[in-house]
Amino acid sequence: MARAKLKGSSFKRLATIIVAGLLLIGGAELWAAGASKKDMVVMAWQIDELITFDPAEVYELAGMEMMANIYDRLVYLPSDKIDAPQPGLAESWKVSADGQTFTFAIRKGAKFHSGNPVTAEDVAWSVQRAIKLNKGPAFILGELGLTPENVDQLAKATDPYTFTLTITKKLAQSFVINCLGSGVGSVVDKKEVEPKAAGGDFGNAYLKKADAGSGPFKLTTWKPNELVLLDAFPGYWRGAPSIKRVALKHVPESATQRLMLEKGDADVARNLGPEDIAALSANKDVKIRNVAQGAIYYLGLNQKNPNLAKPEVREALKWLVDYKGIEQSVLKGTRVVHQSFLPAGVLGAIDSNPYSLDVAKAKALLAKAGLPKGFKVTMDVTNSFPTNVIAQAIQADLAKAGIELEIIPGDNKQTLTKYRARNHDIYIGRWSPDYADPHSNTQGFAWNPDNSDSSTSKLLAWRNSWDIPEMTKKAEAALVEGDTAKRAKMYKDMQLEHQKTSPFVIMYQDIWVIAERGGVTGFEVGPSSDYVYYRNISIK
Amino acid sequence: MEASKTTLGAWLSSAAPESPWQAWCGDAWRSWLLFRRNPLAMAGLAIMLALVVLAAIGPLIAPADPLAQSLGLRLSPPGANGYILGSDELGRDILSRLLYGARISLSIVLMVAVAVAPVGLAIGTIAGYFGGPVDTVLMRITDIFLSFPRLVLALALASALGPGIENAVIAIAITAWPPYARIARAETISIRNSDFIAASRLQGASPLRIIATQVAPLCASSVIVRVTLDMAGIMLTAAGLGFLGLGAQPPSPEWGAMVAAGRRFVFDQWWVAAMPGLAICAVSLGFNFLGDGLRDVLDPKSGS
Amino acid sequence: MDETRHRIRERAEQALKLLLSLTVTFMGLLAVTFFIGRVVPIDPVLAAVGDRASAESYAQARRELGLDRPLYQQFLIYASKALRGDFGKSVLTSNAVIDDIKRVFPATFELATLAALLGVLVGVPAGVAAAAKKGSWVDHGIRFVGLLGYSVPIFWLGLMGLLVFYAKLGIVAGPGRSDVLFEGLVPTVTGALLLDSALAGQWEAFRDAFAHIILPASILGVFSMAYISRMTRSFMLEQLQAEYVNTARIKGLSERTVVWRHALGNAWVPLVTVIALSYGNLLEGSILTEVVFAWPGLGSYITNSLMSADMNAVLGGTVMVGIVFIALNFITDILYKRLDPRAR
Repeated sequence: MARAKLKGSSFKRLATIIVAGLLLIGGAELWAAGASKKDMVVMAWQIDELITFDPAEVYELAGMEMMANIYDRLVYLPSDKIDAPQPGLAESWKVSADGQTFTFAIRKGAKFHSGNPVTAEDVAWSVQRAIKLNKGPAFILGELGLTPENVDQLAKATDPYTFTLTITKKLAQSFVINCLGSGVGSVVDKKEVEPKAAGGDFGNAYLKKADAGSGPFKLTTWKPNELVLLDAFPGYWRGAPSIKRVALKHVPESATQRLMLEKGDADVARNLGPEDIAALSANKDVKIRNVAQGAIYYLGLNQKNPNLAKPEVREALKWLVDYKGIEQSVLKGTRVVHQSFLPAGVLGAIDSNPYSLDVAKAKALLAKAGLPKGFKVTMDVTNSFPTNVIAQAIQADLAKAGIELEIIPGDNKQTLTKYRARNHDIYIGRWSPDYADPHSNTQGFAWNPDNSDSSTSKLLAWRNSWDIPEMTKKAEAALVEGDTAKRAKMYKDMQLEHQKTSPFVIMYQDIWVIAERGGVTGFEVGPSSDYVYYRNISIK
Repeated sequence: MEASKTTLGAWLSSAAPESPWQAWCGDAWRSWLLFRRNPLAMAGLAIMLALVVLAAIGPLIAPADPLAQSLGLRLSPPGANGYILGSDELGRDILSRLLYGARISLSIVLMVAVAVAPVGLAIGTIAGYFGGPVDTVLMRITDIFLSFPRLVLALALASALGPGIENAVIAIAITAWPPYARIARAETISIRNSDFIAASRLQGASPLRIIATQVAPLCASSVIVRVTLDMAGIMLTAAGLGFLGLGAQPPSPEWGAMVAAGRRFVFDQWWVAAMPGLAICAVSLGFNFLGDGLRDVLDPKSGS
Repeated sequence: MDETRHRIRERAEQALKLLLSLTVTFMGLLAVTFFIGRVVPIDPVLAAVGDRASAESYAQARRELGLDRPLYQQFLIYASKALRGDFGKSVLTSNAVIDDIKRVFPATFELATLAALLGVLVGVPAGVAAAAKKGSWVDHGIRFVGLLGYSVPIFWLGLMGLLVFYAKLGIVAGPGRSDVLFEGLVPTVTGALLLDSALAGQWEAFRDAFAHIILPASILGVFSMAYISRMTRSFMLEQLQAEYVNTARIKGLSERTVVWRHALGNAWVPLVTVIALSYGNLLEGSILTEVVFAWPGLGSYITNSLMSADMNAVLGGTVMVGIVFIALNFITDILYKRLDPRAR
C-alpha cells in the first residue's frame, strides 16, 4: 500500500522537493561564486616543488615567482624588458670611478608588511644574511666576490637610507645589477626576522613558512602540495594591487588544469601540455599567450664514456635528433628549436640552428669514428613531460644509425644525483638561467676551471667531464668586459665554437604557454620566474 | 585385461583405484568435474589460457612493431589510420603494445610467484616444525612485514632499488611472502605430530630432510591455491608501480606504465589509458575467477 | 582464591607478551624503514640545498642532516627520536614530519571512512543476498561484481571516473578536496572537512566538500565493497547451514527474518573484524586514489615525498601507516574476543 502511494502523487511531490532543493543549492553557489570570485584570481599550477619561502634559500621556479611578488629588490626588472633595470627599493644608484663601489639611495616611505619602514640597514642585513646562510642561491651574490668573512665589510649601510656595496674584482656593471635584481637580492625585514633567529640560522626556520617582505602581496596560507594564498598588501609603496587575493592551486595534471579553466574553477592555467593547448585554442572564453623562457633542453654527453668522447660521435649525435619533427608533433608550440647555449632574448644570443636530422651524415661520422655499426649507450631521463617523451623519440632516431639507446628513467632528484656524480652516459636535462645575464648560462655550459672529481664548482661542463681551459678563459674574459657591444660579440663567438665542438646537443628553448579566462588582464610574465608579477592582475 | 578395455573415464572415476597414481588422477579428475561446473572458474581458465597463448604468439600476430613510432599519426583514435585500438603519444600501435605487454605482465606474475611461494613455504614450515624460539623469531619477522601496507613498502623498496621490472619483482616479492609463511606454518603445526612424521624421525631422517620431503609437499596445495588467488593482486601491484613510474622502463609496453602515459590525454584521447586499463582488468579478473574456482574445488571449507 | 590469583597472573603475562610483541613489531618497522631510507640512490642533501649550491653549503647541509655519522649511530638517533614521535623535519614542507602527518591524516581518514561506509552499506546486503540465493544468477552476479571490484586497477578506475563524472557529465567536482573559495572559511575541529563544515553550519562548504569526496570515496569503496560482500557471503553461508537456522525455519519464521535477523545477527561478529581489516586495506588503496584525485592526504604525502627523496617524510608516513595497521590488528583481536562468545 505504502509503496503504491509513493508511486503516485507523493512520489511526484518528493521529486519536486528534491529538484527544488538542488536548484536552490546550485543557485546559492552561483551567487556566492559571483560575489567573491572577482576579488580573487585562481591559478592552476604544478607547485609541488615549492619547499621554502625564505628568499635566501628559494631556488625553485615557483618559489622565485613567489619572491618576486612578496618581496622587493633594490632594482626592478620589468617583465617585458628585463635588460632595462628600473628603480626598486633603491631610488637611484651610483658607481664609483673604478667601477667597484656601488652606492644605492634607498627609497623613503616604503614599508614592510609588518609596518616597519624599509631602511638601508635591512638591505645590508639581507645581503649579509644570504651570504652567511649559504643556501642554494647564495652563489649568485657570491659571484660578486662576497664571502661570509668579508660581507659585513663590503655590504653595509652608511646611513639609514644609503647602502654601499663594494666588489672585490672588476665585473661588468650590468652583471652586478642583474645579480642584485634576482630573487636572492630580496630585501628582508630585519626587525621582524632577527628576533626569530635560532642557533645562528638568521631566522631561516621561521622564514621558510612566513613572509617578511615589502612587496605587493602578503603570504597568507601555504599548504604544501596543495595551495598558496597571497593577499594584497594595501600599504604597498607603488599602490595597492588591483586584485585582493591570488590563489595558487597545485594541480599536477595538464588535462585537469584545462578542465578547471573551462569550467571556471581556475582563471589561469600554467602547465598546459600541447594537446590541451590545441583543444583550448578553439575556446572563445580563453586567451592563450606564449612567453619565451630562458630554459634550455639539451643532451649532456659524458666524456668519461670513450665512445661519446670521440669528436665524430659528438657531432653525429647532433645530426641524429629530429628537432623539427619532435617540435611539431610532441611539443607543438611549447618549445622551439634552439641550438646555442644562450636563450633568445639574452645579451649575445645568436639565431643559428645548423643541425637537423641527417642519418646518412651521422652514419658517415660514426664510420669515421670506427663505429660503423653504432654502439650501446644509456640515457638518464627524468620521468616527466616533456623529457620522457623527447627521450623516447630520440631513442627511435638514434636507432636509425644503429645506436642502441637504453633509457633509465628516474625522478628528478635521482637522475640529478647520478648526473652530479658523473655516472651517466647521456643525460637529458633542462637548464634555466639563474639571473638575467649571459654569464649564467655561459658558466653552466662553457666554463670548467677544474675538471677533477674534487672540483668545487660542479656545473654542466664539469658534469660531462668536458675539460676546456681555453673556453673557460674566454668565459672569464667576457664577464669583466665593460663594453657591452664587445661583450655581446665575445658571447656570440663562443657559442659558434661551442655549437661545433661541445658535448652538448642543445635542442630546444622553453616557451611558457599561459591560458587565461577572458576577463583576466594584467598578469605580467617575464622570461624567467624571477620576473613574473601579479600586481596589475584584475578580473572583469 | 579388464582395465585396458574400459574407457579413460571409467579408469579415472574408478571407486577402487589400483595404484596411487590412479588414485591421484582420479582425485584430479573429480576436482576437474567440480571445477567445470563453475562458470566463473571456467571463464577464468579461458582468460588465463588466452593470456598464455597471446604471450606466446603475440609477436606473431601483432600488426606492428610495438616500438615503431610514427609521430605524424600520434593519438589516432581506435579504428583510424589502421590502428585497431588507436595509437599512443608517439604514434605507436596500442594493440601491438598490449600484445607484447602480455609477456611482461605474465612474467612479472610468474617471477613473483616463483620467488615467493618457496620462500614463504620454507619459512613457514621451518617455523612450524621446530616451534619454540625459532618459531617466535621467524613469525615475529613475518608479522613485521605483515604490518606494512604492501603497496607502501613496495613503493619505498622500488624507489630505493631504482625503477625497472626486476626491482619491481623484488619489491613485490619482499612484501608478498608473509601470508605464505603463515599458511605453511599453520599446516605444518597440524601435521608435525602425525605418525608418519614420527616414523621418519625414528628412521633417523634429519629435520630439514623431513621438512623438505614430508612436510612441504603436504602444504603445497594450500600454497598453490593462495598463489592463484594472489596473482591478480601481484599484477595490480605491478601495474600500480608502473603507474607511479617505478616499474618497467620506457619504451617497454608494460600495461601499468601505459596507463600512466595515457593519463595526460585521458579527457580527450581516452583510449590511450583505457585500453591498457581494460587489459589489466580482464587479466586480473581471469586470475581471480580461476583462483576462486580452484579454492572452491580444493578447499571446500571456505565458501560455497 | 588461588585460582583468581592464577588468572590475574595469566592476564598480566598475556598483557606483557602483547606489549612485548607490539614493541618488537614497532622496532622492526623502524629498522626496515631506516634500512630503506639508507639504500635510496638519491642524495638527500641535494633535496635540501638544490642543484647549484656551493661545496661548503653542501657540506654544511650534510652535517645538519646527520649524514656524516656512522650508520648505527644514525639508526639509534632515528629510533629514539621516532619513539618520541619525532621523525625530523620534512625537507619538502619544512615542517616537523609529525605535524605534517597530523595535518594530512584527517583527509585520508575522511576518505577511507566514507569509502568503508559505502563498502558496508552496499557490500553487506549484497553478500547476504548472494548467500540467501546461493547458486542462483543473483549469487553469480554478485560474485562477478565482487571479483570485478577486486580486479580493477584502482588508479585506472579513478581516471575513468574523472573522465565520465567530472569531464563528461559534470556532476561531481574535480580533483582536490575543496574549492579555493572556501579556503579558510571552515574552522578546523576534527580535520574532516565534511564534519567541520557541518559543525560550523557552513552548508555551502559542506556541499562543496561532498562534491569533491564522493567520487574518490566511491571508487575506493568499490574495493572495500568487493571484499566485504565476499566475506559476508561466506560467513552467511556458514550461518545458514547451522542448526539454529533450521530450527527457526521449522518454527515457521519467514525466510526474510531467518536470513536478515537471525543469521546476519550472528554473522556480524566475524564481519566486524573483517570490516576493521578492510579499513587497513583502504588506507593502502587510498595511496593510488589520492594520487589520481590530488587528494591532500597521507598517500599523496608519502608519494610526493618519495619522488623528492624527502626520506624523513616517507619513513614517518610509512611508520604511521604501519602503526595504524598494527593498531587495527590489535583492535580486531580484542573485538573478536569480546564479541565472540566462543572465544571468550
